[in-house]
Amino acid sequence: MDQTAVNRLKEKILSHQHVGLRSGGSKTALSRFNEGIDVLETGGLSGIVDYHPEEFTFTALAGTPIKYIFEMLAENGQYLPFDPLLVESGATLGGTVASGLSGPGQYRYGGVRDFLLGVKFLNGEGELVQSGGKVVKNAAGFDISKLMVGSLGQFGALVEVSFKVFPGSQEFVTIVSEYPSLEESVEKLGGLVRLPVDIFALDLEVSSTGYRLLVRIAISTHGSIDRIDPLVKFLDTGDILEGSQEAHLWEIIKEFSWVPDGSVLIKVPVTLKNIPELESCLIDHKQNHYYSVGGNVAWFSWSKSLDELEGILNSLKLSGLCVLGEVTTPCLGIRPSDSFLSRVKQALDPLDRWVGV
Amino acid sequence: MENTPLIKALSEIYPPTRLLYNPAQLAPYESDALTSFNVRPQAVVLVESQDETIETVRLCHRLGIPFVARGSGTSLSGGSLPVPDGIVIALNRLNRIIKVDPIQRIAVVETGVINIDVSKAASAYGLHYAPDPSSQLICTIGGNLAFNSGGAHCLKYGMTSNHILGLKVVLPDGEVVHLGGESLENVGPDLVGLFVGSEGLFGIALEATLRLLPKAESYRTMLAAYHSLEAAGQAVAMVVASGLLPGAIEIMDNLAIQAAEAAVNANYPMDAEGLLIVELEGEDEIVNADFDTLLEVIQESGAYEIRSAEDEVERQQIWKGRKSAFSAVGRLSPDYIVQDGVVPRGRLGEALSRIKGLSKKYNLPVANVFHAGDGNLHPLILFDGREPGALERAEHLAGEILDMCIELGGSITGEHGIGVEKRAYLSKMFTNADMHSMLALKNQIDPRGISNRGKMFPEEFVSYF
Repeated sequence: MDQTAVNRLKEKILSHQHVGLRSGGSKTALSRFNEGIDVLETGGLSGIVDYHPEEFTFTALAGTPIKYIFEMLAENGQYLPFDPLLVESGATLGGTVASGLSGPGQYRYGGVRDFLLGVKFLNGEGELVQSGGKVVKNAAGFDISKLMVGSLGQFGALVEVSFKVFPGSQEFVTIVSEYPSLEESVEKLGGLVRLPVDIFALDLEVSSTGYRLLVRIAISTHGSIDRIDPLVKFLDTGDILEGSQEAHLWEIIKEFSWVPDGSVLIKVPVTLKNIPELESCLIDHKQNHYYSVGGNVAWFSWSKSLDELEGILNSLKLSGLCVLGEVTTPCLGIRPSDSFLSRVKQALDPLDRWVGV
Repeated sequence: MENTPLIKALSEIYPPTRLLYNPAQLAPYESDALTSFNVRPQAVVLVESQDETIETVRLCHRLGIPFVARGSGTSLSGGSLPVPDGIVIALNRLNRIIKVDPIQRIAVVETGVINIDVSKAASAYGLHYAPDPSSQLICTIGGNLAFNSGGAHCLKYGMTSNHILGLKVVLPDGEVVHLGGESLENVGPDLVGLFVGSEGLFGIALEATLRLLPKAESYRTMLAAYHSLEAAGQAVAMVVASGLLPGAIEIMDNLAIQAAEAAVNANYPMDAEGLLIVELEGEDEIVNADFDTLLEVIQESGAYEIRSAEDEVERQQIWKGRKSAFSAVGRLSPDYIVQDGVVPRGRLGEALSRIKGLSKKYNLPVANVFHAGDGNLHPLILFDGREPGALERAEHLAGEILDMCIELGGSITGEHGIGVEKRAYLSKMFTNADMHSMLALKNQIDPRGISNRGKMFPEEFVSYF
C-alpha cells in the first residue's frame, strides 16, 4: 500500500469538518458537491497490491482505473464478470464500489456486491479499517465491505479493495430479436430467464420500431452455433451479431454513449412486473431508455425537471439514482430502510464527517 | 418457575404447548451442533407467526431479557447456544413459502423454511436455490442467512449472501424494517449485505426474498483417488490453471473416507490418501466438452483411479459420502471439533502438512474434508471427552489451526461463522479499529445487547456479558 498517499489522505480528512469524495469522476452526477463542501480526490491511490491468478482474486488501491485491471486480467484469461460500467470514461474500482453500479453481465453471476471480497477504508477519525478479506470465502465479522457498495462515500474513503475474478474468454455472440410490443418482448424475456442456458447478458432495447431483446452468450471452443439455433427457435426470430459489431453494441450500452448531451442519466431498479408502468411514463415523456440485467434495472436519460421525475418515481414506488449529468441531489424516489440506515450511519460516522452525495 | 414475571408475560402470548420451561422440555435446546457447549435457557417459545415473533422481541426489549433465535440448531460454531438468563425463540414453525415467482426468479419465504424445501418448491419451474450447506435437508434459511452459510458450490455461485435480495427484520428493540427488495438491483448502501452474516446480533429476520437460478441442464461429477493428499491438492491447482470453472472441487483424506464409507457406503476407494471430487455443471454441450478437458487434466495429475458418475444415482452416491462426512466421523470417535478456516488456495498443501504436524504434536487424529476450490478447510479433530484434558488439547489444536489460517492470509471461518466457538480469535484477525467499527454497529442497532448475546465478539470487547 502507498503509505505516504494514505497518510496524506488521512491528514486531509482530519483537517476538514465535512468531506466529500471523488475518484475517477466518470459518474459526473455522483462527483459533484454543493458549495462549502471540501472535496477529497482519491483517484491518486492507484496500483495493484496483490494478484495471484491461480487464486482467482486480486487486491488493488481503490483509485485504480478498471481499464488497467481489465488488461491485467486478460493477460491471464480472466475477467470481472459483473461488467463494470463507464470503464472507457475512466471508472475506478473504488468509484464502482461506492456507486454500486454493475453492468449487463450482472445477470449471470451477480453484481459488484457479489465479487467484492473485502475493503480497507479510512473512517472519519482517520483510522484505517478493514472488513472482509482477500480469500474467496469468508464469514468472519460483520460484512461492512458489502455496506460500502452503493454507499456514495457516506461511511469513509475507500483505500484498498479485493475482488474475486473468474476464468473465461471475453468472446461472445448476441442474438437480437425484435418484437412489436413490450408485452411480447417481456413475455419472451420471462421465458428465457428459466432456460438452463448460460446467458451472460439479457437486455431489452427500445427502438423506433419495437422492442429488441439482446441475448448474449459466450462462445466456447465447442459448437456455439448448435447452441444458438435452439435459442433462436425459442425467440421465434433473431439476428446474430458477432465480432467487433457485437462488441461495439455492448460498448455503447456500457459507456452510455446513447445518452444525449445535456441529459441526466438515471438508474432505476425494477422488476419485470413494474416495467410496463414505468415504460408508459417514459414514452409519455419521450425519453431514451433501456432495460438491463434481465429486466432488473431501467436506464434512461431525463431532460426535464428532476422534481417531476421525483414525483413519478414516488408514485410508482421506485427509487432512482442520477449517474451522469448536472444534478444537486442524485438520489430520487422512495428511500426505504431509512431507520436502519440512520443507525448504521451513526455507528460508522459519529463525527458526521462524510457528506455522501 | 411458572410464576416468574418472564414466564407470566410469555404465557400471555403463547399457549402452554408452545411455551417450554420445564427442564425436560428445555434439554433439546441446550446446545446446537457444537455439542461441547450447553446452556439451559429460562424458556423456549415455539413461534408460529411473524407477529408472535415481533411481540416476543418487544417483550424481551421491555424486560431486558436476552433472546436467541434458533432454527434447526445445526450451527457448528454454537451460533444458537442459549444464554442462561435468556429465552430461545424457535422459528421452525415460521415456515411458510409465501411465494415463488418464476418470472422474477425469486422465492419469498419465512425464515424457518428448510433450505432444501426452497429448491423443491422452485423445481416445478426449472429453478433452484443455489446455496447448499451439507445440512441442507434440515437447516433453515434463517440460520443460513444469519451465518452466511456456504456449501460445496460456492466457487461458482457464492455464499448465502449472494442469494438474498430482500429481508423483513425485527430489530432488537422491536422495530420492523424492510431491507432490499425483489430486484437484483438496488440504490443506496447494501444493507441486506450487512445484515446477512451478522450472526443474529442485529435482530431476527422474519422473511427473506431469495434469488433463484435455473437448474443446470447437465452435471458431470468425477471422483479421483490419489496416493497422497498433496497430490490431490496439486490436482486442484492444475484444474484451476486449466481455465475450467467447476461448480465444486472437494477433497477428503483417508480418515474421512473411512468414516464416510462406514456410514453411508459411498463406494469410495478405501486405500486413497486423498480423494478429489470435481463437478461441472451447465449446458450439456459445454459440460461434456469441459469434462473431456477435465479428464485430461486429472489423468496427468497422477490419480491412480478415476471414476465418473454415469447417472444421477451415481452422482448422488458420490455426494452422499461427502455430505455425510461430519456425522460419519462421529462413528470413529466419541467427540470431535470441526474448524472451517480458509487459506489461499495456493497454500492448501502447506496448510495440510502443518495440520498433520499439529495432529502429531497433540496426539489427536484429525480427519480432513475440504472445499478445495475455495481453500476452505474442514479439519475434524477427534477426541474422547471422557479422557481428562482431551477437550482442552483438542481446543488448543483447533486454535493453532485458526492462527495458521490468519498467518497464511486467510480467514478463521469460511462458512460456519464465529459463534461462541471462535470469538476469542476475531480480534486476532481484525485490528482494534476494525473491531470498534463492528462494535459501534452492534451498539447502535442493539444498545442493550439482547440479540444473540455472547456470540461473535470476544468477552473483553463487550460490556453486557
